[in-house]
Amino acid sequence: MPSPIQNPRFLLSQCRPLLPPKPLPFPSISRRHSNRHRPLSTTASLSQTTTPTSTSPPSSDILSIRDSLLSRQKSATDIASDYLSRLRRAEPQLRSFLHVAEPEAMAAAEEVDRKVERGEEVGPLAGVVVSVKDNICTADMPSTGGSRILEGYRPAFDATAVRKMREAGAVVVGKTNLDEFGMGSTTEGSGFQVTANPWDVSRVPGGSSGGSAAAVSARQCVVSLGSDTGGSVRQPASFCGVVGMKPTYGRVSRYGLMAYASSLDVIGCFGSSVADTAIILSIISGHDRFDATSSKNVVPNYEEELVSLNYMEPKPLKGIRVGVIKETIGEGVNTEVASSIQAAASHLEQLGSVVSEVSMPSFSLGLPAYYILAASEASSNLSRYDGLRYGNQVAADELSDLYKESRANGFGPEVKRRILMGTYALSAGYYDAYYKRAQQVRTLVQKSFKDALDENDILISPAAPSAAYKMGEKTNDPLAMYAGDIMTVNVNLAGLPALVVPCGFVEGGNAGLPVGLQMIGSAFSEAKLLRIGHIFEQTLQNCKFVPPFIVES
Amino acid sequence: MASIPFRGFRSTTTPHRQFLLLLLSPFSHRSPSSSFCTLQSPRPTTTTTFQNPNRARPNSSSSDQDLSSFEPVIGIETHVQLSTLSKAFCPCPYAYGSPPNTTVCPVCLGHPGTLPSLNSALVRSAVAVAVALDCAVSLRSKFDRKQYFYPDLPKGYQISQFDLPIASAGSLRLDLPLDYGGGRRTFGITRVHMEEDAGKLIHSDSSSSSSSSFSHVDLNRAGVPLLEIVSDPDMRTGVEAAEYAAEIQRIVRYLGVSNGNMQEGSLRCDVNVSVRPVGDPNFGTKVEIKNMNSFSAMSRAIDYEISRQVALHSQGQSDQIVQETRLWEDGAQKTVTMRKKEGLADYRYFPEPDIPEVVLTEEEVASIRQSLPELPEAKRRRYESMGLSMQDVLFLANDISVADFFDSAVNMGADVKLAANWIMGDIAAYLKNERLSINEIKLTPRELSELIASIKNGTISGKIGKEILVELISKGGTVKSLIEEKDLVQANSRSRCDWSTSR
Repeated sequence: MPSPIQNPRFLLSQCRPLLPPKPLPFPSISRRHSNRHRPLSTTASLSQTTTPTSTSPPSSDILSIRDSLLSRQKSATDIASDYLSRLRRAEPQLRSFLHVAEPEAMAAAEEVDRKVERGEEVGPLAGVVVSVKDNICTADMPSTGGSRILEGYRPAFDATAVRKMREAGAVVVGKTNLDEFGMGSTTEGSGFQVTANPWDVSRVPGGSSGGSAAAVSARQCVVSLGSDTGGSVRQPASFCGVVGMKPTYGRVSRYGLMAYASSLDVIGCFGSSVADTAIILSIISGHDRFDATSSKNVVPNYEEELVSLNYMEPKPLKGIRVGVIKETIGEGVNTEVASSIQAAASHLEQLGSVVSEVSMPSFSLGLPAYYILAASEASSNLSRYDGLRYGNQVAADELSDLYKESRANGFGPEVKRRILMGTYALSAGYYDAYYKRAQQVRTLVQKSFKDALDENDILISPAAPSAAYKMGEKTNDPLAMYAGDIMTVNVNLAGLPALVVPCGFVEGGNAGLPVGLQMIGSAFSEAKLLRIGHIFEQTLQNCKFVPPFIVES
Repeated sequence: MASIPFRGFRSTTTPHRQFLLLLLSPFSHRSPSSSFCTLQSPRPTTTTTFQNPNRARPNSSSSDQDLSSFEPVIGIETHVQLSTLSKAFCPCPYAYGSPPNTTVCPVCLGHPGTLPSLNSALVRSAVAVAVALDCAVSLRSKFDRKQYFYPDLPKGYQISQFDLPIASAGSLRLDLPLDYGGGRRTFGITRVHMEEDAGKLIHSDSSSSSSSSFSHVDLNRAGVPLLEIVSDPDMRTGVEAAEYAAEIQRIVRYLGVSNGNMQEGSLRCDVNVSVRPVGDPNFGTKVEIKNMNSFSAMSRAIDYEISRQVALHSQGQSDQIVQETRLWEDGAQKTVTMRKKEGLADYRYFPEPDIPEVVLTEEEVASIRQSLPELPEAKRRRYESMGLSMQDVLFLANDISVADFFDSAVNMGADVKLAANWIMGDIAAYLKNERLSINEIKLTPRELSELIASIKNGTISGKIGKEILVELISKGGTVKSLIEEKDLVQANSRSRCDWSTSR
């Protein structure tokens, strides 16, 4: 696959690890203990984070908002108005939102203000402006999944993850764009509009959660919910320079997520810092009686596991074994991206971890297996969009014509392609050769991850083989588009958690293009990933992942 | 979600549509001549008593000799709708006859983002039926998706079980009615699996002159739990097949897992019929028959189909027996082609990713096994050992509430034979006339046993007994108090009574 960037001039030394302040003033203080009291720096005010000029590491916007609310410096309505006006200003160029729910958002913010005024307890997300990928159901706004077939559809209920965020006080500002039903890697596959990358508006934001990633990157909202079936949170996080979390399968309820491939789908989240991502994950995780595949494992308080830079030991990752997946930094991977990952590996080493290379020979098998399984499940999951009960219907005299016309009209080309592939793979006579064989590969992939994670605490790789590429570059070459998912699909096949943290830049656009580091852990090790990711993020020097777009506007 | 507007869709009259119309209007095809032994009328009872036991035959009648040189092979797929409080995968209730689309929610409507959550009562009912049918219960089973498009199937797939059903390899034992020569039979059960029901289509009643009409979808029934019970191809006559289905009905009613009501569609049978020359080890081409709303229709439909196939064989036209689905037309008393099967339908089954494996422990199965009531077969054998005639046995064991009444009366000391006679005679007649079930009358088993004792020890005559019985049934009270009343007000009647008893 040709890499979009041919001339690797932009040096990675631009981002240098910021080593922790060496002689800690009180090194004997138990880290965990001190964390409980004041886990994270909340000193940065909202204005600082939105017009970033300093080179200090990313801080939690959620905690800043909480501080300003509780100290009465700002009201929730002020905060919501700020975000909404920035959202409106950016929207004509970015087009990250399919629906902006201004009145609903302002009403939610007013409710928060009333609570603050009355001195009532407010939830951990009080006044936090969030956006939701449009394939996740929201009761009071349209939810289309990016598909014309669901144009104007309004669900009768909130997805469990959305409900939990609202209960925590979040202000839902709108629905973000995506590749139709999550099928795509650029957001160009949306049935409605194409979203631009805030780092270079001629480039794609990645996908399928491109709208969410772009919105967080351009600070159109604080955090966003996305979904990840084969990399749909992690790859756009990498392309847009934000933090993206793909939790363990079953960690977050899928109830209300429009199913693409049920055995792979998971709701994930985006934030501009690891801390914000951790806070959101704590809120949305947990068992749900409406999702039989959701896990009953106890949900830790993820943000409590994070170490503030001020309390960090000199070698905070001492004892952590990091495995660099050999197959992900070799052929077919953009050399600048590969060196970004190598640099990130050295950074992790400097922080005290032991870095080694791990080979996963089954890695390349994951891609075809993923596309068979995902397409097979999609062909079944999308059967319900028949135009009979909801969504767009093309009237016809014959029932079969009604089905054919409604579906032919409603679905875009990529969705049709996957339905066709999946139907084929499940058909009598082909099932064993495709679906069953792909399941066998899935077992192999799971086994090889288990082996690699027995030897290592985390595995690292790029989140995508390249940085964001130009719009239109791959729209006529589905196979090249599929190949771009090589870094992420194996993780879904194994159901493991993975965190993407921006780690550097490659050349492109006016300010360079961000590259994300993917950190993969064993099942339900989100806390460990977030802790390591946070340390990595806090110690990365001279890298400010705020896109020029937002700086200019 | 209070209401969801439902769209009608247009469909022209096609053979397919005709089939639906037939399936959806079971009541209009009920034959007035089919008679049941109506012990308790509000719900049809199980006993299969056919007014016209002569075999229905095609016009090109095959001779008895032809019939005797061919062996029919019959297998049955029975769908039992379970009467769980809520549907299989969502919390909606289900009540037959509710206004359309009133017992629905986003889950059973197949809305985007919804997921099934398994009702554990479905699994418990399935295990109870499986154990009652002597099946091997799978401690691990899973759900699969069976995929096809139809307006009554909101998700575009039915959640069912394909290669790992909850139970397999069982058997069912029954006694044939004496009218058909009696005798005991054992039929194999291939498998029992769990699945969800589909909704119903309602077609507007446009006249046949109109080529198109609107159809409406009622999704109340969508997602209601079903058990599909597949028999081995062990039946050889229509009566055997009907008795097999009747025994399934008794079992699910004894277990209380379903009302087993055929008219409401709570018990639906699809029958596969083939014939082969006697001695031939290979099966003939099988034909599926649907649309039988009673056991008697089942019996007649199967016998008709056997005769039709034998006739075709005898006329050298066996190639005209093709794999197809035929409908029983009760009015015409014959089966007609509904659709020919051009190769097997490909349902593209694959494992349902939204529902984890169903895992049971030996202890759970054992505890369900222990909680089962006495089943019809055990009851019949026990009644037989009590010295009752087979006719009495079949009558009493047919309905669990009748059997319970009888058992209680006997437990309270009633004479076995007399109790049976009273129940099958005067009480049954009353129930039939008043269209009541035995649970709805005021007579208690205790008073029946008192009554029998009073007659037996000569306190009252049989005739007085009959009079008192009617009072007990309709008004209640005790035998003792009624006798005292009679003694006080009706001296004359006592002398008549004395006369009658001393006769």
